[in-house]
Amino acid sequence: MNGSDGRKRVVVTGMGIIAPNGNGVANFEAALREGRSGLKHQEAMAEAKFGCTVAGTPEGVDELCEKTFTTEQLLAMNMNHRYAGLAAIEAWLDAGLELPSAESDEVHWETGAIMGTGIGGMDTIAGKIVPLTNAAKIRRMGSVCVEQVMTSGISARLSGLLALGNQVTTNSSACSTGTEALSMGMERIRAGLADRMLCGGAEAASHYIWAGFDAMRVLNRKSNDEPEKASRPMSASAGGFIPGSGAGVVMLESLESALDRGAPIRAEVLGSGINCGGHRMGGSMTAPNPTSVQRCIADALADAGIRPEEVDAINGHLTATGADPKEVGSWARALNREDGSLPPLTATKSMVGHALGAAGGIEAVASILMVEKGFVHPSLNCEDVHPEIEKYASSIPHSMIDMPDLKVLVKAGFGFGDVNACLVFKRYKE
Amino acid sequence: MEQSEVMERVVKILTPWVKDEAALGQISMETNILDDLKVNSARLVDVVIAFEDDFDIEIADEDVDKVNTVGDAVNLISGKL
Repeated sequence: MNGSDGRKRVVVTGMGIIAPNGNGVANFEAALREGRSGLKHQEAMAEAKFGCTVAGTPEGVDELCEKTFTTEQLLAMNMNHRYAGLAAIEAWLDAGLELPSAESDEVHWETGAIMGTGIGGMDTIAGKIVPLTNAAKIRRMGSVCVEQVMTSGISARLSGLLALGNQVTTNSSACSTGTEALSMGMERIRAGLADRMLCGGAEAASHYIWAGFDAMRVLNRKSNDEPEKASRPMSASAGGFIPGSGAGVVMLESLESALDRGAPIRAEVLGSGINCGGHRMGGSMTAPNPTSVQRCIADALADAGIRPEEVDAINGHLTATGADPKEVGSWARALNREDGSLPPLTATKSMVGHALGAAGGIEAVASILMVEKGFVHPSLNCEDVHPEIEKYASSIPHSMIDMPDLKVLVKAGFGFGDVNACLVFKRYKE
Repeated sequence: MEQSEVMERVVKILTPWVKDEAALGQISMETNILDDLKVNSARLVDVVIAFEDDFDIEIADEDVDKVNTVGDAVNLISGKL
């Protein structure tokens, strides 16, 4: 079950998702195909006089929580934990595994989790810790604040819900977090250190998380009256990103383990690249070094053993800021497509907004669905393609396109700190 | 307030944290909150906050340390009403 290089092959056997435009993989797939936006007016942002008053927040989460968790569990889970827990349990069941009983002492020693978050338990910090501390009411915080705001809280929560006994940790690399989590989990399985890793990212819906971005003027302030048109990656009229939230979790598994237990296989993860631009060559805390972006994509292709011309589709980072044209240019250079012949460019953020630490997890689920089912979802709101990428305009799908021959999709995520992560997914073939 | 009413409210407050639901069916003043009901010891501070809110009382940290059984809680609360 090893590749020609001797490393273990890694496949996707399960997925789970909580997203602004659909909870659960089936709903989310339907939303992607329809081009359904999950972006809405947010009264909390308007009341706090944000410049941008639009965001993507998952709906119907309370009902799902009541069906899924005990009252005792919910008393300890903030929004980040709830999104992560719901998506992870869906991925677990999707992978054909049975939920462990709370009474059983059985531990899944060969299964771990790398579950990332960008900002973490900000709703708990802003809603409880700061006001109660300022009011000198420390003991009123109760017992749950630490586990809700420790960065590793979400992965620790998954361990308790699913009896995970392998490595359980939380990574954090800003907006590349979820993509990086999958890369790290893949490496652990490749190295033979785990059979299964639940990987992805989660981010709560909290205007306290989004406030700093609004202050930076990187959120779109020009489309408050038309929320569904507010996230406009690759368009001339893009005015900044729209914040999103939710969780996306992918069960990565060694091919050997998946075949042994007859698990469903959705796709193969062929390889990945992770790097940082060092805040040089145009990179900074808030801007990517284009050379490092191109190297990251090239590293991922080399790791996967895929030639640039074999790439059938792209799921970009594409946030709807001024960085989009540079990103498209980097894809073209890395894939030797500067003649304008890029494969379809999909921007999931056009529908769900930018879910920060959850973005890579949510978009990995979208990417895997596209590889598995053979389609590309539309990139909304870029009928007016940005003039700097006009020659790639024909690569942008404005509605869903069936691509039965789609075999290889490359997904990238870039983050503040000049960090990059890139994954190569392939349709599974024995 | 009758002790039976305090007991009833204490049990209701404890219920979300009880992991051994069967033990709830045979609850008495002698039932140990941690050992019999399997309440996570870290969550006792949450239970105490819930007692304070429900009965509109204040419970000092040193009093909390003396609470082991349901009866200890009922007596402590009754003494403050």
